[in-house]
Amino acid sequence: MDEVLLARMLFGSSMAFHIIFATLGVGITLMILVAEITRAIKKDDHYGVMAKRWTKGFAVLLGVAIPSGTIVGVMLSLLWPGYMAIVGRVIALPFQVEIFAFFLEAVFMSIYVYAADRLSNSMRIVSVALVALGATASAVLITDAHAWMNTPRGFDVVNGEIMNVRPWEAVFNPSVYVTVLHVVSTAYMAGAFVIASIAAFKLMKNKLSDSERAYHRKGLTISLIIGAVMSLYTAVNGHDTAKMLYEYLPVKLAAAEGLFETQDNAPLAIFGIPDPERGEVVGGIEIPGMLSWLASGSTDGVVQGLNDFPEEYWPPLFVHTLFNIMVGIGFSLLGLSFGALFYRFVFPRKALPKWILAVLVTSGPLAMLGIETGWIFSCTGRQPWTIYGVQLTSEAATNSGNLGFLFALFITLYVTLLVLTSLVLKFYFGRNPVSKELENMNV
Amino acid sequence: MTDPYIAITIIWAFLFVYAIAGSIDFGAGFWAMYYTRKENTEASVIANRYLSPSWEVTNVFLVLLVVALVGFFPGAASYLGTLMILPFSFVLILLTIRGTFMVYAYSSKKYSRMLTIISGTTGLFIPALLVATLPIAIGGFVSIGEGRDYLLFNEIFASPTLYTHIGFGLSTELFLASLLLSDYSREAQNEKTYLVYRKNALWLGPVTLLFAVAATFTLLPEAGWMVENMMNVWYLFAFSLLAFIIGYAALFIPSGKENPGRPRLSVIFIVIQFGLASLGYGFSHMPYILYPDLTIQDAFTDPTMFRWLLVGYGVGLAILVPAFVVFWRLFMKDKRYLQAEK
Ligand code: HDD
Ligand code: HEM
Ligand code: HEM
Repeated sequence: MDEVLLARMLFGSSMAFHIIFATLGVGITLMILVAEITRAIKKDDHYGVMAKRWTKGFAVLLGVAIPSGTIVGVMLSLLWPGYMAIVGRVIALPFQVEIFAFFLEAVFMSIYVYAADRLSNSMRIVSVALVALGATASAVLITDAHAWMNTPRGFDVVNGEIMNVRPWEAVFNPSVYVTVLHVVSTAYMAGAFVIASIAAFKLMKNKLSDSERAYHRKGLTISLIIGAVMSLYTAVNGHDTAKMLYEYLPVKLAAAEGLFETQDNAPLAIFGIPDPERGEVVGGIEIPGMLSWLASGSTDGVVQGLNDFPEEYWPPLFVHTLFNIMVGIGFSLLGLSFGALFYRFVFPRKALPKWILAVLVTSGPLAMLGIETGWIFSCTGRQPWTIYGVQLTSEAATNSGNLGFLFALFITLYVTLLVLTSLVLKFYFGRNPVSKELENMNV
Repeated sequence: MTDPYIAITIIWAFLFVYAIAGSIDFGAGFWAMYYTRKENTEASVIANRYLSPSWEVTNVFLVLLVVALVGFFPGAASYLGTLMILPFSFVLILLTIRGTFMVYAYSSKKYSRMLTIISGTTGLFIPALLVATLPIAIGGFVSIGEGRDYLLFNEIFASPTLYTHIGFGLSTELFLASLLLSDYSREAQNEKTYLVYRKNALWLGPVTLLFAVAATFTLLPEAGWMVENMMNVWYLFAFSLLAFIIGYAALFIPSGKENPGRPRLSVIFIVIQFGLASLGYGFSHMPYILYPDLTIQDAFTDPTMFRWLLVGYGVGLAILVPAFVVFWRLFMKDKRYLQAEK
């Protein structure tokens, strides 16, 4: 098989694996912080139990996030030596500062987990806050490097050489703010909805003591509140992200929407399959003028289509589907969280009906799917460029061979770890049910 | 000193810290495995207790090293990345298995037996693989050009210097780990375990020295240029030997405790010894990163980037040092942790 394709597959699957644990690492630390603060305000020990249990789960996830992150970090140099040669000259700063964020997170995580019994209440909140800060900062910094790949700035190419490097211009490239905010808010969404899923799942059981029921209701409520706020923000900011594409990466937007002809009054195509032969999206729903309006703020706005670009620079057209899935999930979760919260506050005494709980159980997996499709869309939508307009993926890739063998090896590793990690979590929480901890709390 | 030399010195410093921290970490894993099968389970418990909070921090040093190399010497990172894809991929896989099992065992006792075996065996394989890259970087065991860059595995495996380097790496690792664990047991007031690790250190010290000499001699036919450079900085190696003798002797000094030896002093001098020797090795390596194809000047980053990276490291360290002090106090000094029952 083609070595570049193998490198893309190996790297893409490694990232797809890392991102599961990394995103939850960012999202769940926020939830732990919220639980610790709520406990301090409400003086309700249920929140203390929550923080403790979530930390347990988080510690396991972090234990996979760190080695898998080490893998992707080193793999960048192994698989994309051409890319790293430019990164080192132009956008090394966020990678470097990220190390300090890792240190911060790792050190305070050890303190919070291994020394919890020796810390005062306020010191505990300070340590989790620093863990959350460290996790979010790592997401922000790595996303900076990713944003730079979309809108590379801060250097000139003279005769094929990288010259006149301006590191800060690279760091503050035009797409960094929207992209960073989008990644952070969706990571918080994912953390919140995964916890909401678990709480909803537990509440569907019939045999629950009153205190367990109260415990899970509280967990569901705070996760839905965080989830709803973050979903609302994500929708607003996702729109800004699309406008960023309109301005800086028109070919990616065109592929995302399956738009072939440059036009004003461009329609928004939802689902369907872009067909290059016919030059339109087949089988989808079209909303006339909507794309022009979303991208430029007016139906008169001209949106560039794929036909404006040479076909060799088109990304694969399936990114249209990935994009639709992400946006669809965004709006579903927005509706779901606000709906459930509405019910909860209008009928404070009533339990949520089973069918709402059942739908809520899907929210966590959906959020994770949103993260995966979003990233694959973003990275694949940039093809055939690794650094947009500067370096092609084929120029970035290694020429060392052996990739098929390594691909098989790493996939085996990831599958094994996914299974083992789920088992470990299941065993742990199965043997330490919350009922036991709630009983211990009362004595 | 020119910019590339400042940069390579910083890389050396990170490499040095990782070599020490990693040796102790991986070595502790090995000893924990070795002693679960013996009566001496306390020695295993002590090794494990040291390991739990420290592996994450050690891992960050590895990442730091990679990131620093990419930032300071992008040319070297891409070059080494291409050539070393196989050994580094194996290291990554082993590190991942080790790291995840560390956490699994923490959550479920079921896994602790398996963990001890995994962290023990990976504790030998990972350092061996890492050390094996050293002779590759100086021996010219590579084929460059014609569309594909790769390692000449047949020649590498046929070369004795590979094996003496691996032997040197492993004995150093176990020696350092024994020393540190003997100090750690003394700190935990566990004299019985102290004696176990002291005994290990006593025989590993001379073995390490022998391997060091052997590694240098087997280097001669492969990399005469480097041995010549080593002669020029002979004083570094002489001081290093002196530090070794003092550190080793410290294991016999009366301590005022039940048993002789001052492990703290010993650790300090052996680390100094290691520092001097690796500095000498590093100097002799200059100006090549990969002989004879790549020098530090060729691989150096953009000068503006270099300056900002320096600023970044300065600011980052200023923030991190206080965090480390807290960490150290909580885990290495706090009697409640060191002597905890479990
Ligand atoms: C829970 C996950 C999730 C949800 C619900 C959404 N997104 Fe998203 N999106 C991501 C998760 C994500 C992501 C994984 O975080 C990406 C991948 C790369 C990036 O920067 O963020 C992303 C990228 C991304 C991009 C591409 C940016 C680029 O290529 O640089 C656009 C245009 C949008 N999003 C727009 C939206 C819109 C209009 C949404 C509607 C509500 C939306 N996203 C919901
Ligand atoms: C947006 C996507 C990503 C997010 C949100 C993310 C977040 C995280 C988080 C939260 C951790 C654990 C932090 C810790 O060590 O305490 C982590 C680990 C790591 N990530 Fe990612 N990451 C992302 C993508 C990447 C990419 C593309 C790389 C490669 C350059 C990378 C490299 C690493 C490394 C090297 C580690 C391990 C650090 C250590 O040893 O502690 N990450 N990541
Ligand atoms: C964390 C979630 C991410 C996922 C799931 C992901 C997924 C992918 C996939 C599927 C590819 C292959 C694309 C293709 O060839 O079609 C890829 C390529 C790549 N990604 Fe990402 N990516 C993520 C984040 C990042 C980040 C944060 C960075 C930047 C630091 C990054 C840098 C790259 C590079 C350098 C390549 C290889 C060159 C290329 O194909 O353009 N990725 N990624």
